[in-house]
Amino acid sequence: MAEVLVIVDHLDGTPKKVTYELLTKARELGEPSAVFLGAPGQSAAALDGLGRYGAQKVYVGESEDIAGFLTAPKAEIIAALVKDKAPVAVLFASSAEGKEVAARVAVKTGSGLLADAVDLDADGTATQSIFGGAVEVKSTVTTGTNLVTIRPNSTPPVEQASEAVVEQLTVEVTEAAKGARIVESVVEGKGGRPDLGDAAIVVSGGRGVGAAEGFGIIEALADSLGAAVGASRAATDAGWYPHQHQVGQTGRTVSPQLYIAAGISGAIQHRAGMQTSKTIVAINKDAEAPIFELADFGLVGDLFTVVPALTEQIVKRKG
Amino acid sequence: MNIVVLVKQVPDTWAERKLQDDDKTLDRASVDVVMNEIDEYAVEEALRIKESAGDGSEITVLTMGPDRAVETIRKALAMGADKAVHLSDEALHGSCALQTSYALATVLGTLDYDLVICGSESTDARLSIMAPLLAERLGVPQLSGARKVTVSDKTVRIERQTESGYDVIEAATPTVISVVEKINEPRYPSFKGIMAAKKKPLTTLTIADAGIAPDQVGLAAATSSVESFSTRPPRQAGQIVKDEGDGGSRVADFLASQKFL
Repeated sequence: MAEVLVIVDHLDGTPKKVTYELLTKARELGEPSAVFLGAPGQSAAALDGLGRYGAQKVYVGESEDIAGFLTAPKAEIIAALVKDKAPVAVLFASSAEGKEVAARVAVKTGSGLLADAVDLDADGTATQSIFGGAVEVKSTVTTGTNLVTIRPNSTPPVEQASEAVVEQLTVEVTEAAKGARIVESVVEGKGGRPDLGDAAIVVSGGRGVGAAEGFGIIEALADSLGAAVGASRAATDAGWYPHQHQVGQTGRTVSPQLYIAAGISGAIQHRAGMQTSKTIVAINKDAEAPIFELADFGLVGDLFTVVPALTEQIVKRKG
Repeated sequence: MNIVVLVKQVPDTWAERKLQDDDKTLDRASVDVVMNEIDEYAVEEALRIKESAGDGSEITVLTMGPDRAVETIRKALAMGADKAVHLSDEALHGSCALQTSYALATVLGTLDYDLVICGSESTDARLSIMAPLLAERLGVPQLSGARKVTVSDKTVRIERQTESGYDVIEAATPTVISVVEKINEPRYPSFKGIMAAKKKPLTTLTIADAGIAPDQVGLAAATSSVESFSTRPPRQAGQIVKDEGDGGSRVADFLASQKFL
């Protein structure tokens, strides 16, 4: 069976859920081989999970040169693997970095790239959602190797235990790929919650939240559900919530199982970032707000009474 | 310092955007078009770098697009850019992102630049990959997703937005930078700027002028192909209820019915 490369998206070695989703998808296309690239020693935390989700091989490349420079070293290693192994497809997570690395690999290998797929058929046809979710497109790569980046939460991860034979890669990063050096990584506030892109549930607040302090009840609701916190551009532009939590056009695109929008009117620019969510709940005091056109369940009411009451109910029912 | 700013004309996101039935490319003709919003931030950042350098830096606007894209070029010139290059050729129609990066890189290769600055994504394609594509093709460092840019002599530092905060990334010029909209507040073109823009140099290039190989661009040679498309059916109307004092419970009931609780 043909080999499918899955580029492992991880945080300090621990694979993100999207990696397991990619492995699950890859099994429909062929035999999945995971590609783990990171700092020395990081892969130890990853191997067990990768095998559990069906990786038959794990190519491991570990070097300070991979972790210390932006995208180019990873692209170099992956492009060499593509030329060496001639896989039927290479799957990346549709994160900012995943897309950037994929783009460079596309140039290096003379391949086409399908970015931001929400589904991928066994024959390599990708489904993309464009124009703020208004149009669905089915596309194929026509040149070189099939490179696809897939949005998190596009497919449920399913375990299928496999041996996961480890193959160490010899990492020699060229000087040319060491152009953009990562001097420092800074974590800002708001830790401890799942990452927005990866989260199964997202709770977002918008203009209706009114102030930075108002996000306290949004966070409390998110925590009761184990959810990530999002914000509309109105809220991040006003400085009420950090910019990296912005959902929508010019912000993050999320596709969770459940999206709860509180105090968000639902302009097209916001919808562009959340319209492919599986279930949408909206809480807004304006019954005319366009977000209600998307909502599977909409509650017309004051979020400052509804959200805390909802949090209380969830905590009570979850026991 | 020479700065090239990439701008793109896109359909207004407030308008209904569609694909054309015949060749499945974006319908650019029948909609209102604007400068891609984040590109205004890219132009602004170039202007600020030039102003703080105070060394007679020159800003060149580069765009690829149909004739009408000249409106977007004029806007960037009115904001304060010095001159413009417009790559316009029927043969470019339907080019994919990879081909577009090849075409732009070819033109960039004929320009003298220290910095190439673009927006982090366009509102029509939303791929967010032009900076890495150009960096790869030009063989220069990629500084993408910048929410802050600091230039000192030949060193550029950016704060790159990440999922958990930001990374500080450093590279030597020449380099390709993409910016996010948090980086600044773009100025409005002044009346004087709008008048001056009409007299600024604008070079229009065909692919032959630019030395772009015709078999490397355009729909027929695109590296990916749209097989089919469909308008997403509107979501089935959900249940909308008014809060009667039990709103929290009602939402919780719904979440339970969907197995989220």
